[in-house]
Amino acid sequence: MKNGKMKNDRQRTFMLITIPVVVLFFFFNTFPLLRGVYYSFTNFKGYGSYEIVGLRNYIDLFSDGRVGNSYLFTVKYAVVCTVIVNVVSLLLALGLNSRIKGKTVLRGIYFIPNILGGLVVGYIFSFFFTYILPYVGQALGIEAISSSMLSRESTAWFAIVLVGAWQSIAMNTIIYISGLQTVPEDVYEAGSIDGATGWRKFKSLTFPLIIPFFSINMVLCMKNFLMVFDQIMALTKGGPSQSTESISYLIYQNGINGGQFGFQSANAVVFFVVIVTISVLQLRFTGKKEEQL
Amino acid sequence: MMKKKLRSGEKVNWPITILLILGCLTVFFPLYMTIVIAFKQPSEMTNDIMGALGLPKSWRFSNFAEAMRVTDFWNSLANSLLLTVVTVVIAIVLHGIASYAIGRSMAKSKAYNFIYLYIVSGMFVPFAILMMPLIKQTAQLGIANRFGVIVLYVVFYMPINLMLYTGYLKNIPLALEEAARVDGATTWKTYWSIIFPVMKPMHATVAVLTAMAVWNDVMTPLVIMSGTGKNTLPLAQLNFQTQFGTNYNLAFASYLLALLPILLFYLFCQKHIINGVVNGAVK
Repeated sequence: MKNGKMKNDRQRTFMLITIPVVVLFFFFNTFPLLRGVYYSFTNFKGYGSYEIVGLRNYIDLFSDGRVGNSYLFTVKYAVVCTVIVNVVSLLLALGLNSRIKGKTVLRGIYFIPNILGGLVVGYIFSFFFTYILPYVGQALGIEAISSSMLSRESTAWFAIVLVGAWQSIAMNTIIYISGLQTVPEDVYEAGSIDGATGWRKFKSLTFPLIIPFFSINMVLCMKNFLMVFDQIMALTKGGPSQSTESISYLIYQNGINGGQFGFQSANAVVFFVVIVTISVLQLRFTGKKEEQL
Repeated sequence: MMKKKLRSGEKVNWPITILLILGCLTVFFPLYMTIVIAFKQPSEMTNDIMGALGLPKSWRFSNFAEAMRVTDFWNSLANSLLLTVVTVVIAIVLHGIASYAIGRSMAKSKAYNFIYLYIVSGMFVPFAILMMPLIKQTAQLGIANRFGVIVLYVVFYMPINLMLYTGYLKNIPLALEEAARVDGATTWKTYWSIIFPVMKPMHATVAVLTAMAVWNDVMTPLVIMSGTGKNTLPLAQLNFQTQFGTNYNLAFASYLLALLPILLFYLFCQKHIINGVVNGAVK
């Protein structure tokens, strides 16, 4: 009898906690999401009256050059950034996990970029690309950097990659380090008896064991880089000639300030689908790899 | 014992140590540049590279005083602190207990399982799609202000925090709370007196992750509270960017001021921050 009463109290308490939380979440996450989907079928400007236009916005999306460019730029940015960040982070983690002096201090230092805000970091690098790097480029006679990287279409995107990578490497390195620490010492001992050294040791011993951490980093990187906003805002504002407009930036810029509320809602819906698809594919792909091991 | 001795006797890898120390320059250089420019006067910024990167003639704080005035520093700082602290406290209290309710019920109930998946999948909803409807919604509700931003943060970080807390709860044995139940304690009381303290390491992780995300976030305050005339630290940099003009010294003094609080915080809580981040990512 007493036990039953207790159980009831437990269930009731859980329900009383869960219901308001779910309502809150629905109201500020799912509801605006649905509203966004609804607006994507209208020609709403953000103010005034509007009409339902069916799939018009979606059809227009695929013929809109500016939207197309923003997808090309964002995907290029995310892929290049993810590759650079993971290669550098892994090397850095291997270094920081080896027999070095001042391990803790060095790890602490390399983590600093991750705690700083993307916007202010962007402003600082903007100065660096505009005034410092061209000076170095001229002195060394390197064409590509002797004028501001940010002012040319061919290089501006890469400048943003560098800043994005500078900040993210910190985080991914720390994750790889914690991965490397899970590799038991005797694996290496067994390996060294078999004569595994250097690259072979890494390829056939270390890397397979840290694949879960590799997949975390891949998913984290891709998702964050696809949503890039702060760096664009600080470094280029989408320029030169709209060559560095990320999807988030374009939605913000034209949806809120450009009177394309409905149209950019459609863009946001497509963006949402793209992010979910990529994340699911990545999780599946890396999930399979882990199973195989 | 023998083995340990052998290992500590092994040589330090000096080439890698030196490479890594040199690599720190990539971290320090932008910070160095920020500091020296922030202390200089515009007249010292000559056209050659030393004008920008050389040490200032004198270390004067006048740029900082001016930057504080231009960007309304103390108010922006207060707003950033307010948003961060309140969000973190609510996250720990609300997300913690919600995770307890959902996590403990998931094993037996399909409905709770669904609720868990429903909230966690919110992680994949980009802010870009919520942004425009939320501007309307917060305006209609009259919460297009700091309060609204806090509510949104509490909702946005719910998926990740729920995942972290429920993951941690799985390792807390049920027997712990059953003992309290036998003693007649209510579920509510059991949570606060037994489970909440046990989850302390996860509270730290949640606090660090949520705080860093809120502190550095630009987009949410930018679109939600732009009408209030109130700024957060990053938002002030964005809004006053044009006022710096070509006075880079003033701009950099302002950037340094914006970075300083988190740098100082990191200096003192470095271990907790790194541990928190690792726990969060690896779980």
